[in-house]
Amino acid sequence: MPLVKSGHIVEDRFVRVLDDEPVPDTGSVLVPATRFLADHAEFAHREAPTGVIWPNDRPVAELVPHLDQLALVALVFPTFKDGRAYSQARLLRERHAFRGELRATGDVLRDQFLYLVRSGFDSFEAKKTADAEAFAQVVARYSVFYQPTGDGRLSARRRRLSDAEPGREKSAREVAQ
Amino acid sequence: MTAPQQQKLKITGPVVVTANRLGDGAVVYLDVQGGWTTSLAAAAVTTKVDEARALLMQGLADDINAVGAYIAPVLRSPDGVLTPGNLREQIRLHGPTVALPGAAGM
Amino acid sequence: MYLYDDLDRALLDDRVAEFRDQVARRISGELTEDEFKPLRLMNGVYLQLHAYMLRVCIPYGTLSSPQLRMLAHVARRYDRGYGHFTTRQNIQFNWIKLDELPDAIADLGKVGVHGMQTSGNCVRNITTDQWAGAAPDEIEDPRIFAEILRQHLTMHPEFSFLPRKFKIALTASAHDRAAIRVHDIGLRMHRNGAGETGFEVVVGGGLGRTPYVGKTINPFLHKRDLLSYVEAILRVYNQFGRRDNIYKARIKILVHELGAEAFGKEVEAEWRQIKDGPLALDAATIADIASRFSYPDYARLADDPTELSQARQTDKRFDTWLGNSVANHKQPGYAIVTLSLKPEGAPPGDATADQMDAIADLADKYSFGEIRVGHEQNLVLPHVAQHDLPALWRALDALGVATPNVGLVSDIIACPGLDYCSLANTRSIPVAQELTRRFRDLSLARDLGRLHINISGCINACGHHHVGHIGLLGVEKNGEEYFQVSIGGRADEKAGLGTLLGPAVPYAEVADVVEDIVAAYLELRERPDEIFLHTVERVGVEPFKERVYATR
Repeated sequence: MPLVKSGHIVEDRFVRVLDDEPVPDTGSVLVPATRFLADHAEFAHREAPTGVIWPNDRPVAELVPHLDQLALVALVFPTFKDGRAYSQARLLRERHAFRGELRATGDVLRDQFLYLVRSGFDSFEAKKTADAEAFAQVVARYSVFYQPTGDGRLSARRRRLSDAEPGREKSAREVAQ
Repeated sequence: MTAPQQQKLKITGPVVVTANRLGDGAVVYLDVQGGWTTSLAAAAVTTKVDEARALLMQGLADDINAVGAYIAPVLRSPDGVLTPGNLREQIRLHGPTVALPGAAGM
Repeated sequence: MYLYDDLDRALLDDRVAEFRDQVARRISGELTEDEFKPLRLMNGVYLQLHAYMLRVCIPYGTLSSPQLRMLAHVARRYDRGYGHFTTRQNIQFNWIKLDELPDAIADLGKVGVHGMQTSGNCVRNITTDQWAGAAPDEIEDPRIFAEILRQHLTMHPEFSFLPRKFKIALTASAHDRAAIRVHDIGLRMHRNGAGETGFEVVVGGGLGRTPYVGKTINPFLHKRDLLSYVEAILRVYNQFGRRDNIYKARIKILVHELGAEAFGKEVEAEWRQIKDGPLALDAATIADIASRFSYPDYARLADDPTELSQARQTDKRFDTWLGNSVANHKQPGYAIVTLSLKPEGAPPGDATADQMDAIADLADKYSFGEIRVGHEQNLVLPHVAQHDLPALWRALDALGVATPNVGLVSDIIACPGLDYCSLANTRSIPVAQELTRRFRDLSLARDLGRLHINISGCINACGHHHVGHIGLLGVEKNGEEYFQVSIGGRADEKAGLGTLLGPAVPYAEVADVVEDIVAAYLELRERPDEIFLHTVERVGVEPFKERVYATR
């Protein structure tokens, strides 16, 4: 499954370690939520970055005490029709100020990319190579966004108000976020 | 969802496999050559569960020409003429039972 | 009318291009049907019994004359010359081809119309009073807030893959013409003790398999908090709504399982975190959206001009129509005119392309180019000068849309049923047609007074049978069509669900049963002005049950 970051297909530097597998001494690892929560002190002592795979039916508030030690949170789309992880992503980014990598995993298809970006995801395990290759083009398709989210894009509402009142744009709260 | 091959099939009479054509949504039937036809007369008919299942799998495997294949009942007259086996299938084949707005007679 | 600006147009153009690309990928096989289906649904494209169906969004039921002409063009060019107006103020085309859909959608886009979010598990068309902006009893124009919500919830990145579809309705009148209490979110604009305008927030209403009347979780929400509060409701629903069972996935089930109070607390807790963020609606934003609406440049006219009283005296048919289909306008000298799409023997809510074109012309001539669609599946010309009513009536009569049966027994609400719909168990349209024939006597219909019959061809309740004064629900028994009959439902400010009368009756007997119910009402009512619903409330369902089942 190709990984897209910063608009390009890149190599995944995280190695998935399942619940019953030993954690390697070096290198970035991506571990399931239960394992991470059980052994988080142990992971804190590793030199290399840690990432967690967080299920979509578990409140992300549980992760808040650990966000500083996480380089990556991978949120899950069991099917692309299951949109719970969009809310989780916005909460992590906009409420809990998570600044690490936020990755969409599972049933991730081209037509979700823009919604994912707008919700705060910045890496994408695309299910299809063709979709991954089309990423840059797909997320550039739209130029107008009605609602403000934490992605910093100016909403139509702010654009209209700043057209009417130049200078207002910079003070808009959503730009700061 | 249970995969079609695992679903229990109950067949009480002759059946065909039907779907809607991808490009225009027209009602089509699987024919004996494995293609799709708009003519019920040309549809592959069976009364056997295994054959019906095989036809269904064949219909479902084609995701590009037709959509949503399923098994539908048909009636076969003594001289072999096929007609739809229920009201829904009659309407699918012949169109709405009411005059269309703007059509003659309205 | 809300007037699109460059931003609105740019978004729609991008969407049209995206859909064209999605259809091309489907036809080439790059997308499987499983992958394509949610995408086409989010653009209003269903696959029905005979063909693809395109549902086109009519935001809060308001259309301009060029938009209505474009709908006529689509009906003619890509379909079979007619369209079906729905209970959610939308229009459906029944015979459209997937190959041609991108072109049809591009044509619609030229006049700012689209099928976005008319299906799929997203927020659907925001509906409101079809008399908005014209009704004398409204406290503000609810379309301003419907438009603010429409924009916020269009392609909302967080709420495009909800557990299930999501419907929002608003009203700003004392009399609820938008059925807000049977929506996922219902918003009622009213004034608080301090004289400020805000919203009562009702959640968890809905019909379908498990009908509920919504519960109030906030008696007064300030305008500034509208978006943040709706966002909080949707966020709670998106995270906690059930996804294990499609029949239990609507927000009404979550509200029911948690209890309205606990649900309200969840929303409140979420809302407190976001209410002072970028979603807070300042006065400038509200004013900006309001400024994008064009309002009629009314002439200074007096009520009841002489042309009107003369015509009433000289033409009995005109007078009858006026008494039935014309309502008071907030502007002196103007009136609100309802166009009945329920002539005898016709499918409820259908209009031909020629009718649509002619109505668009009449709107230009008599109603400042505006047309409305009501959830009762009729059209409305909202701003007609009273002195024009006689001329307008002659034109409407010639078009076949002046049957004076608005709100009466033959003004039937019906879903498309098994004649079109792949979900239906039974037909609805022929039942409605037969009932319009049985009740063709309009003086009897007037004597019966307000009486709403609603027909659904399956449990999904698109014909809103639960809230019909008489509700008919089609069920299949051993391959035969049967109907369950309920009475006493209503969708207005006192919304309530009807009570089932007894065992389902065969298709062929449905019209007889309705006639029996009506005959029972005529005997039971205390006074001629006690409407059917009030008689049912007073005497209960038993006397009706006896009448219907005594001989069956």
